[in-house]
Amino acid sequence: METIYHMIELVLPFSWVKYDFMKNALLAVLLITPLFGILGTMIVNNRMAFFSDALGHSALTGVAIGTVFGIVNTNISMIAFAVVFAIFLNQIKRRKTVSTDTVISVFASVSVAIGLMILSRGGNFAKYSALLVGDILSIKVNEILLLFVILIITLLFWLWGFNRLLAISVNETLAKSKNINSYLMEDLFSILIAIIVMSSVKWVGILIINALLILPAAASRNMSSNAREYHLFSILISVYSGVAGLIISYYIGTATGPTIVIIAAILFFVTLFLNSLGRKRA
Amino acid sequence: MNIRLSRNRINSARIQEAACGLHCIQIKGITVRDGERTILEDINLHIHCGKITAIIGKNGAGKSTLMKAILGEIKHQGSIEFTDLSMQTRSHLKIGYVPQHLNIERNTPMSVYDLFASFISNSPIFLRKNPLVYKRVKEQLAIFEGQELIDMKACDLSGGELQRLLLSIAITPVPNLLLLDEPVSGIDRNGMQLFYKNIEKLKVNFDLAMIIVSHDIEFVRKYADNVILLDQKIIKEGSPQEVLESIEFQEVFG
Repeated sequence: METIYHMIELVLPFSWVKYDFMKNALLAVLLITPLFGILGTMIVNNRMAFFSDALGHSALTGVAIGTVFGIVNTNISMIAFAVVFAIFLNQIKRRKTVSTDTVISVFASVSVAIGLMILSRGGNFAKYSALLVGDILSIKVNEILLLFVILIITLLFWLWGFNRLLAISVNETLAKSKNINSYLMEDLFSILIAIIVMSSVKWVGILIINALLILPAAASRNMSSNAREYHLFSILISVYSGVAGLIISYYIGTATGPTIVIIAAILFFVTLFLNSLGRKRA
Repeated sequence: MNIRLSRNRINSARIQEAACGLHCIQIKGITVRDGERTILEDINLHIHCGKITAIIGKNGAGKSTLMKAILGEIKHQGSIEFTDLSMQTRSHLKIGYVPQHLNIERNTPMSVYDLFASFISNSPIFLRKNPLVYKRVKEQLAIFEGQELIDMKACDLSGGELQRLLLSIAITPVPNLLLLDEPVSGIDRNGMQLFYKNIEKLKVNFDLAMIIVSHDIEFVRKYADNVILLDQKIIKEGSPQEVLESIEFQEVFG
C-alpha cells in the first residue's frame, strides 16, 4: 500500500494528495467506476435500471437484519440479503403473473419499509443516515482490497459470460436453441449486481448509486455503434466522472457521490445533444 | 442412354448429400399444462429431413408453445427421438430456431457482428473483433446475401434484413431440425417472397427438417410437404390439399 501511496504522490503533484483519506478515496473511485461502467452496459441493455435501483434500496434492509441478529460486519448481512432478494425477484418475475415493474416496486418498497422500521426503532435512525448519501472519504485499506477482488471477479465473469448475456437479452428462446441457460445466466448476473451494489453502497450512497450505474452506459449509448465502443466509452465516462467528481468535491466542499453523479449527468446530456445534432444532419 | 443414366446417378447423389431422407425425428406425446389448464395435448409428429411441416391454427391454439416445448424451453411431457436410419443409431438432435422478432431497442450499440457472435462464439465481443469469428459470420451471412450487413447496427436493419440475419444464425451450425416462427409484421410482400425463397433454398441445399408456424395459407399450399392443423391437439394432418380442403379447416378458419 505504501508504494501505491508513493506512486500517487509522484504522479499527482496536488495539495489534496497529501491526505491518506484522499488517496484511499481516489483508489476506491478508480476501482468502483470501471466496475459500474462495465456493469451498466448490460443493465441498460436489459432494461434492468429499476431492478438495480431496488437492489440499492434493499441495502437498508440488509443493515437492519444485521443489527437484529447482532452481526458486527453489516457487509455480510447486506450482501446476503441482496443476493436472496435478487434471486427471489427473478423467480417471481418468471411466473409472469404480474408485470415486472409492479413486482419490483412492491418488493422494493416492502423491503425499504422493513429496513426503516427496524432501524428507526428507539429513534436513532440518524446513525444510519450516512448510508443514504455515502461517504467515500471514510473507506479503509481492506475495503479497497475487497473492491479490487470484486473487480477481478467481474472481469472474469464478463470474459466468460458477456456473449451469453447479450444473446439472452436479444431473444431468450433463440439463446435456448444455442444451449445457453438463460435462467442460470440471469441469476448469476443478478447476484453479481447485488454483490457490487452492496459492497459500494456505503461509499456512494443508496440515493444515488443507481445513477452511477446507469448514466455512464446511457451516455455511451449516445455515441457508440457496437459493443466495443459501448464498453470503452462507458468506462471512460465513468472513470472521468469519478475522478473529476472527487477532486471537485474536495475543492468546493460538497459530498463526493452527488458531485460525481452531476458530472456524469452533464456528460449524458452533452452526448444526447451531440447525438441529436448528428441525427438531424444525417 | 448411358449418358442419361449416369447423369441421373449424379443428380441422385447430390440430392442424397443435401437431404438424404434418412434422418427421422419422432415427436411423441407432447403435452403441456399450465396448472389445471391443458395447453397442448398428446402431440405426435413424424418428420423427415428435407421436408417442410407447416403448423397452422388460430391465435392461442398452442403453436408457439409447441415450438418452445420442442426446444425444451418449457416443461412438457413426452419425448423427442432422433434416428439416423442409415446407421440405425439414435443421435443427439440439434435444433435451430428462427424467432419472429428480437428485443432490440432503438439506439442499441450492437452491430450485426456482435449479435451474431454472441450466439455462436465465446470470444468476448466487448474486447475485440475476433478475425476468425468475423470471417465465419460473414460467410454464414453470405448464404442469404447478407454479408454487407455485418457492420451495421442491428437495430437499424429492415424487417427483411433481420429475417435473413435470423436465418443465418439459425443454421450456424446446421441443425437437424429447424423451427421457424413466420414473421407476421414489418415485412413487405417482396420481403415475404424472399423469405419463402430462402426457406425453399434451405430445403434444397441442406440436410435438415423444418417446422414452420405459418399464418400464410398461400405459402402453406405452395411450399409445405405436410400440414398440421392445431387447436390444443392435432385436429387434422396431411398434405396441404387434404388439410386445406377439410371440414376441420373450414370450421377453424371458415
